[in-house]
Amino acid sequence: MANSVEIRGLSRAFDGNTVLHELDLDIREGEFVALLGHSGCGKSTLLRILAGLDDEIGGEVTVPARRSAAFQSPRLLPWLKVWRNVVLGLPGRPDRALALKALDEVGIAERATVWPKTLSGGQAQRVSLARALVREPELLLLDEPFGALDALTRGKVQALVAELWRLHGCAILLVTHDVEEALLLADRVLVMDEGRIAHEVTVDLPRPRDLTAPEFVTLRARLLNWLGVTRTLEGTPS
Amino acid sequence: MTTKPLDAAVLPQQKEVVPAPSTRVTIRGTTKVNRRFTVPRSVRRAAGPVGLVLLWFLTSATGVLPESVLASPVDVIRQAVDLTKNGELPSAIAASGRRAAIGFLIGATVALVLSLVAGLFRLGEDVIDSSMGMFRAIPWVGLIPLFIVWFGIEETPKIALVALGVTYPLYFNIYGGIRSTDAQLVEAARMMGLGRFGLIKYVILPSALPGALVGLRYALSTAWLALVFAEQVNADAGLGYLMSNAQQYFRTDVIVLCLVVYALLGLACDFAVRILSRRLLTWRANFEGEA
Repeated sequence: MANSVEIRGLSRAFDGNTVLHELDLDIREGEFVALLGHSGCGKSTLLRILAGLDDEIGGEVTVPARRSAAFQSPRLLPWLKVWRNVVLGLPGRPDRALALKALDEVGIAERATVWPKTLSGGQAQRVSLARALVREPELLLLDEPFGALDALTRGKVQALVAELWRLHGCAILLVTHDVEEALLLADRVLVMDEGRIAHEVTVDLPRPRDLTAPEFVTLRARLLNWLGVTRTLEGTPS
Repeated sequence: MTTKPLDAAVLPQQKEVVPAPSTRVTIRGTTKVNRRFTVPRSVRRAAGPVGLVLLWFLTSATGVLPESVLASPVDVIRQAVDLTKNGELPSAIAASGRRAAIGFLIGATVALVLSLVAGLFRLGEDVIDSSMGMFRAIPWVGLIPLFIVWFGIEETPKIALVALGVTYPLYFNIYGGIRSTDAQLVEAARMMGLGRFGLIKYVILPSALPGALVGLRYALSTAWLALVFAEQVNADAGLGYLMSNAQQYFRTDVIVLCLVVYALLGLACDFAVRILSRRLLTWRANFEGEA
């Protein structure tokens, strides 16, 4: 399959402090890639570059023109009703029917006409996903979109993202520091360290994935090891 | 190393810690079940002002407060009725209101343009904001003599003073509002395809609105204040004219009446802005602004 994203020799420095070192990466069309790494390893920088929010770079990056993003905080405009937030920035008059369709897809069409401040964290994150997907992106960038959610809500929204990905078939780059989340969702997991892709693993497990499957447990141990987190497996939650 | 490790031998010397006797507290409910009659809060709040007016009335009626110092409230009300009947008060209010309105519109326009240019462009910020900071240090009331030299003693200096007084609070609040726009929201909106114009319309101006409304409240109260000063100078109409005339004849009743009218006009403006804020900022309403 053709590549959706092609990165060749990408470098980025902040005040002489190099964050990305000659990074190469391809993401295929429709591929779900998770990017793991410690804070400050450059993963969010990479995502911002792919989003087009940062162009003070060296090297070459090819991305689809149709791409969108969801961030750790939902970043909804508080002075626009939920549905107006969803279709913000789309050409033409705000299309309410289109917004409702997108909100329905994430399961909160009934909140279309409220102010964003009245939403719970999980609901706001769903709106943020609807806003990203209504643009029919070929590449969806997710910057720790589940990071601020409580555990129960996180599981639901993760399942939603898996379902939406299946429906839309867009390539996804998910930045996270949660190993399990990466293994539950992605085709391929990258581990970033000091501005480079240090490790890479293909997750060839059937979906929906089972956290307790032996292959899953092995992969998690390997990733944790790469991340420098040593943990015995006896305490594995079931 | 001479430091002795804290070993077990030291510990037994310590007295056994006697736990403090456990104390308990009783939390009594404050829900009123069968309380005696209590005065409603609104009545209590009104008691102060009403009491003061009553005191004013009594001291005037008994002659403790001579009319040359302060006219009695009865006289003030009588004056209000008389001056309304002969049309002097309404025409004075109209003349003053006209000055306030024109001055406000000019000042607001200037403030809006300056704050947008300074808020949206780096060059504008460098040139305008430092200048505004400098001019603000000048007490604007002190400019009256200069304005008379420049604009004469007719309407222009009065309107100019109002405009000047209005400009500062509006400028600084709108500019501050624009500059406090959440960079994360700007980033997200850019990502969603908003251009420069869209960003200004959907992100920057709405986030400046709460600050702008605070500025508007200040600006309106400043407008009336500026008018009080400006109308002391050679006015031939308006509340200030009425007041300085009354001063020549020691008519404290008219002076007090004019002060009351100024206060009421200021209150009315403040009330209007509060209503406006409530309508424009429904999105901030704390979880009750459901559509």
